[in-house]
Amino acid sequence: MQLTLWTYEGPPHIGAMRIATAMRGVHYVLHAPQGDTYADLLFTMIERRDQRPPVTYTTFQARDLGGDTAQLFKNAVADAYERFKPEAIIVGASCTAELIQDDPAGLALALDLPVPVIPLELPAYQRKENWGAAETFYRLTRGCIGAFPRPARTTDRLVKTCNILGPTALGFRHRDDLHEITTLLGQLGVSINVIAPLNARPSDLARIPDADFNIVLYPEIALNLATWLERQYGQKFINITPIGVGATRDFIAKVAELADIDATAMLTQTASRLNWYSRSVDSTYLTGKRVFIFGDATHAIAAARVAADELGFEVVGLGTYAREFAREIRTAAKLYNIEALVSDDYLTVEAAITAANPALVLGTQMERHIAKRLGIPCAVISAPVHVQDFPARYSPMMGFEGANVLFDSWVHPLMMGLEEHLLGMFREDFEFHGDAAPSHLGGKPVQAQPEPVLTTNQATAIWGADAEAELKKIPFFVRGKARRNTERYAAEQGTALINIETLYNAKAHFSS
Amino acid sequence: MNDLTPISDVAIPKIGCGDLPVLRERGQREVFCGLTGIVWLHRRIQDAFFLVVGSRTCAHLIQSAAGVMIFAEPRFATAIIEERDLAGLADANDELDRIVDQLIERRPDIKLLFLVGSCPSEVIKLDLSRAALRLSKRYTPALRVLSYSGSGIETTFTEGEDACLAALVPELPASPAQSLMVVGTLADVVEDQFRRLFAEMGITNVGFLPPRRAADMPPVGKGTKYILAQPFLAGTAVALDHRGATRIAAPFPLGAEGTALWFKAAGRAFDIAKSKIDDVLAKPVARARAALMRQRAVLEGRTIFFFPDSQLEIPLARFLSRELGMVLSEVGTPFLHREHLAEELALMPADVQLSEGQDVEKQLDRCRAAAPDIVVCGLGLANPLEAQGMTTKWSIELVFSPVQGFEQAGDLAELFARPLRRRALLKV
Repeated sequence: MQLTLWTYEGPPHIGAMRIATAMRGVHYVLHAPQGDTYADLLFTMIERRDQRPPVTYTTFQARDLGGDTAQLFKNAVADAYERFKPEAIIVGASCTAELIQDDPAGLALALDLPVPVIPLELPAYQRKENWGAAETFYRLTRGCIGAFPRPARTTDRLVKTCNILGPTALGFRHRDDLHEITTLLGQLGVSINVIAPLNARPSDLARIPDADFNIVLYPEIALNLATWLERQYGQKFINITPIGVGATRDFIAKVAELADIDATAMLTQTASRLNWYSRSVDSTYLTGKRVFIFGDATHAIAAARVAADELGFEVVGLGTYAREFAREIRTAAKLYNIEALVSDDYLTVEAAITAANPALVLGTQMERHIAKRLGIPCAVISAPVHVQDFPARYSPMMGFEGANVLFDSWVHPLMMGLEEHLLGMFREDFEFHGDAAPSHLGGKPVQAQPEPVLTTNQATAIWGADAEAELKKIPFFVRGKARRNTERYAAEQGTALINIETLYNAKAHFSS
Repeated sequence: MNDLTPISDVAIPKIGCGDLPVLRERGQREVFCGLTGIVWLHRRIQDAFFLVVGSRTCAHLIQSAAGVMIFAEPRFATAIIEERDLAGLADANDELDRIVDQLIERRPDIKLLFLVGSCPSEVIKLDLSRAALRLSKRYTPALRVLSYSGSGIETTFTEGEDACLAALVPELPASPAQSLMVVGTLADVVEDQFRRLFAEMGITNVGFLPPRRAADMPPVGKGTKYILAQPFLAGTAVALDHRGATRIAAPFPLGAEGTALWFKAAGRAFDIAKSKIDDVLAKPVARARAALMRQRAVLEGRTIFFFPDSQLEIPLARFLSRELGMVLSEVGTPFLHREHLAEELALMPADVQLSEGQDVEKQLDRCRAAAPDIVVCGLGLANPLEAQGMTTKWSIELVFSPVQGFEQAGDLAELFARPLRRRALLKV
């Protein structure tokens, strides 16, 4: 057993849901107990999707365990096929259903449905979300290749084509990264055969082998599949994550090589503002800022390169929660002469951050909490996702625009250069006292805020002790409003002493 | 409802509660499991810790249901069962002891620890009650260890609280004294309001279950009369009956009327004079009604459809139909406890469509066909329904917010009015 306060990844069937939900024409039948449907809200609330994930859960209960849960599963598959008429069905079990061993694969195949049925084996007690997504993507693609007719490949195509593999539902900035990379490939003149899994249909997966090469946008999701495609179909793949100016240029150079095109023009132009912004004098104060980086391996490794080479930070911590990528992160950490942290234990990560005492944390939502507690500025660079990681505006991590986004979102939490300078200069002034934290970090002011001085022409009722005590029970973020409203009400009513009655009369008076 | 009608004169019609037809559904249930209750229970019992013995799914559920991770160091955690536990390579009890040691070392301030069973722990038949006994002996008197099941195969959403409170009942100190016990988690501010009103009525020996602190467990015995503040406490009620306590039957304290009837039932049980009760309730009732009148303008005549969620659906529907003039389309509940809800059912309109259990796809079909003005549903369904042009109210907020009592009646109505007002406001 492992003691867990927060988890960085969900169970592997959540990964499978991310593939199914990203795609069109796929339905996932999940053998799972009542309650596992919570997973729907990840997609409908965090990502604000306007449709339910295409998932049917058997939601068995105790009374079903005595009876026939296998029949329940068969009925769920049959009903889901009838209602949704998908082009392909994936079936599997969540952690509890894995224990009751009903064999979803055998049961679903026995129904002999007229569409491909792809069974998933996602060991819930060993593996996690990203592994589940990668495995599902691989199984589903293998299952679809050959199951759908596809036009014969033209052998003497003039323009080479590629597939973009990896973007999913509930992915960290996948929507915007994909737009950025698609645009970039368009500018290079490389045509795209299939983008998957996001918005792909099962019949599109069947066309993946037609391309000349693959772009692995997110190795956590697509590296398994790309490795198999290379073995099976001789498709080369690019596994350079285009995050930051340098990595984007490396990516372009590699694409140009595989697509057999000349990318000199694009490689010599300065397409990102990061280059100049980082060289401008205001950025001098960024020099050697100690930064702690933690996230999924891809984003963490990419962020370390940008931090060190493009912003002039000192990388004092680098880690990932993804054990599958331990080797990669250890190799990367050597570049910065540090020991990589590979752990999915939130408390271990917290201890490491505390010990490193960085000036900036680049992490996940978990590290944002840790940083907030420690009073350290933080920017989020990786999943697990939060509703804030799906901004309304265009905000990629990848490509040249992505580099601009990184500059802004990492530098803004730090004190702006001039602000830091002024703070040093006026250190002893009362507003800029020595312990003042930048106002936008929301740190608690060290000096007690003086009570606002009341203007004498405004008659204010006195608060009775009971009402004052009651007021304190109101959540702090509305307490000020409650106090003002009650005083206003008391003034209007000519009440001199505010008691609990007055408080609630005022609440009733102003509520609506 | 006439603003001047004293609530004591509202006649409870004698419809047999069995008279209302109920559509019973069995299919995919889009509801949380009982583990979710930890999200509010751990806020209520401030020195308790909830340790789920389960899978990564359990941990992920609680963290997702909590919405955002508000607390850097929460008072709940999951002991995640791993492959070696299942393969028998590790003794589950040794592992549990090790994890509890780790936990207590980190949080010595914890006075009450719940081992919370989950679907996987039940399927592998891990006996948490025995583990709790063993650990209790080991840590006594600094820490008490109890267990209950919050698994999805045993409990639906709020039934997790029922299981938790039922586990507390045998631990309550015995006392033959006359006392009132209010059962079901309430916000601290609501508890204090209720205490004041009971005191004004002349009932002073009042306990609340669960209490705010583990040391303040209310005593129970033959002199205890208990009143449910929540409609989902079937198991807790049985456990209290077993300790000799008797239940005061009443509607639930939602809305001006529901709260008044609830207080009156308690007052009658303690032989408080009717005039005294009316005196005490007059002002808060008037205040609640005034607050409700403002929301009535938005809600009156609008139709509402409830997906099953917390078992609060029937009391809420009663409140919305009787005090705000809403028209009930379908009222779904995960489970209908006819005895505890008898007073509520008697107040429901005779033509209401009740449904128990769920087949979510069929219910969505019915909901689309009914095209109600507002749909009360879980977070998984809300945005997809909004995208189809429906107005929704997330049901979970009705469980997390202080909505009981007179002073919150207006707030409760506002929770339903806000989505409608918002829809009218938006020009995009």
